[in-house]
Amino acid sequence: MLGADTTIAFSGKSLRITQFAPIVQLLPIFTFPKILAAFGFFISILILLNIEKNEVNTSENLDYKKVTNHSYFKVILLILGMVLYALNLRYLGFILSSFLFLSLSSFLLGERNFVKCLIIILISTISIWYLVNEVLGIYMNPYPLFLKVFI
Amino acid sequence: MLDGFLIGLETAFSIKNLFMVIGGCIIGTFIGMLPGLGPMSIIAIMIPIAISIGDPSTALILLAGVYYGAVFGGSTSSILINAPGVASTVATSFDGYPLARKGKAGKALTIAAISSFFGGTVGAILLVFFAPTLASFALLFHSAEYFALMIVGLSAIAAFAGKGQVTKALLMTVTGLILATIGEGAQFNMPRFTMGIMDLQSGIGFITIAMAMFAIPETLFLVLDPSRSETKKNKDSEIKDLRITKKEFKEIFPVISRQSIQGFLIGVMPGAGATIASFLGYAVERNIASNEDKKMFGKGSIKGLAAPESANNAACTGSFVPLLTLGIPGSGTTAILLGALIALNVSPGPRLMIDQPDVFWSVIISMYIGNLILLALNLPLIPYIAKILTIPRTYLIPFILFFTLKSRSPTDDFIPVLIR
Repeated sequence: MLGADTTIAFSGKSLRITQFAPIVQLLPIFTFPKILAAFGFFISILILLNIEKNEVNTSENLDYKKVTNHSYFKVILLILGMVLYALNLRYLGFILSSFLFLSLSSFLLGERNFVKCLIIILISTISIWYLVNEVLGIYMNPYPLFLKVFI
Repeated sequence: MLDGFLIGLETAFSIKNLFMVIGGCIIGTFIGMLPGLGPMSIIAIMIPIAISIGDPSTALILLAGVYYGAVFGGSTSSILINAPGVASTVATSFDGYPLARKGKAGKALTIAAISSFFGGTVGAILLVFFAPTLASFALLFHSAEYFALMIVGLSAIAAFAGKGQVTKALLMTVTGLILATIGEGAQFNMPRFTMGIMDLQSGIGFITIAMAMFAIPETLFLVLDPSRSETKKNKDSEIKDLRITKKEFKEIFPVISRQSIQGFLIGVMPGAGATIASFLGYAVERNIASNEDKKMFGKGSIKGLAAPESANNAACTGSFVPLLTLGIPGSGTTAILLGALIALNVSPGPRLMIDQPDVFWSVIISMYIGNLILLALNLPLIPYIAKILTIPRTYLIPFILFFTLKSRSPTDDFIPVLIR
């Protein structure tokens, strides 16, 4: 039922479901996903039973013994930073949020030459914004949302 | 036909149109190199400019230049930082990135440029001679044939699996197909698995998945294990070295010539396009390679790099066959091109060759010029582009993540696709 509600909300008017053609009144069709799910279930059992002999090639994989806890911590913080960046992009504006994301993550990765780092990141953020917004004409909100009221 | 060809030659070599080819190629390659901006978005951006030019052949030459320029440049980001910005260059990263990691970035970029050049040129030659014939061939394709083609494409996954991993590859295929069912169903537009979230209505994009599977894990691995980027150990000169030996050329030449033709034929079929061509090209080459070469695939094989690169460029040229001779756009990109053509009062179809031979032939001839320009433009720049890898990782990793998050499809308002 959820699907039908979304379609109605999407049309922007308060249409009742009876106003659609009879065929559209059907619920979403799940035949293909069901077949896929059954197939996936069957293959997973095959893998669990280890029917196929496994020749794992470890040379390309990461050597987990070498990895320190410290770098795991870094990776988790980076992922967290990416999520926060994506969520805050609308409210902080492109330039401020990108600047914060880039500078904080390069600080996290061990950059200690602050002046050089901040200048490089500021220049590149503004030039990327200029390229995309002004030259290519794709709109990106540059300022924080609360400033937009005054501009 | 010869009359039309001569008219096209005259139009294509006029000063204005030559500038348009050069301009289109430069814009295409440079924007194509930015991870996340594919040919579709670049063409969509260029359409207002093209329409304001007014002359249909000049406008189409510009747009075509941008198109194959972007496909040409798109391989750069997938080779250097494993972040394919275009769906058709995902297969390039399988072998291009390992080569770059070995410190042979210059060589990888050169091979990609040469294969792209061959693919594009062979495609253009085939386009001249076989466009009318191929148009009728493309019309023979109905749903049954497309289904068969898709099955071939999916079964090619076995080629990526390697020994003893076929069940895992199959499971991942099924997972991919299940992910593809998210969004509106193709037939009745009823949303499936959207959980009421509006952003899932249009499904999960291919590039989003590619970024999440290739670029982000690779970058995070770089954090976990700094020695993974071996480029620093190698001397600076080797990264910049773009020479390929005679032996290597002999090795990739048959691959390039086979894949140019195969890629072109796949590109001709409406709906198949450059992505399927590049994946199939990679799979076919892997399967017919000798056992020794087969082991190298996925670890920096030059054959595995040359195959998808020549195939996707040839397919990109091939996709002009149904567009110009039938008026059927084979892919999203050519659909946008079709819109531009109609806005310019050109109606593509079987009569285009007779009614407006200057438009038809000048575009095809401009492709030869464009491919030459792309090669001449890219080869001298490779040492500088390859130096991206020598950027300190404290800067490189944040910027890769930044561009990955910024990758977008033309319909999004430049908000990260991964999490909105």
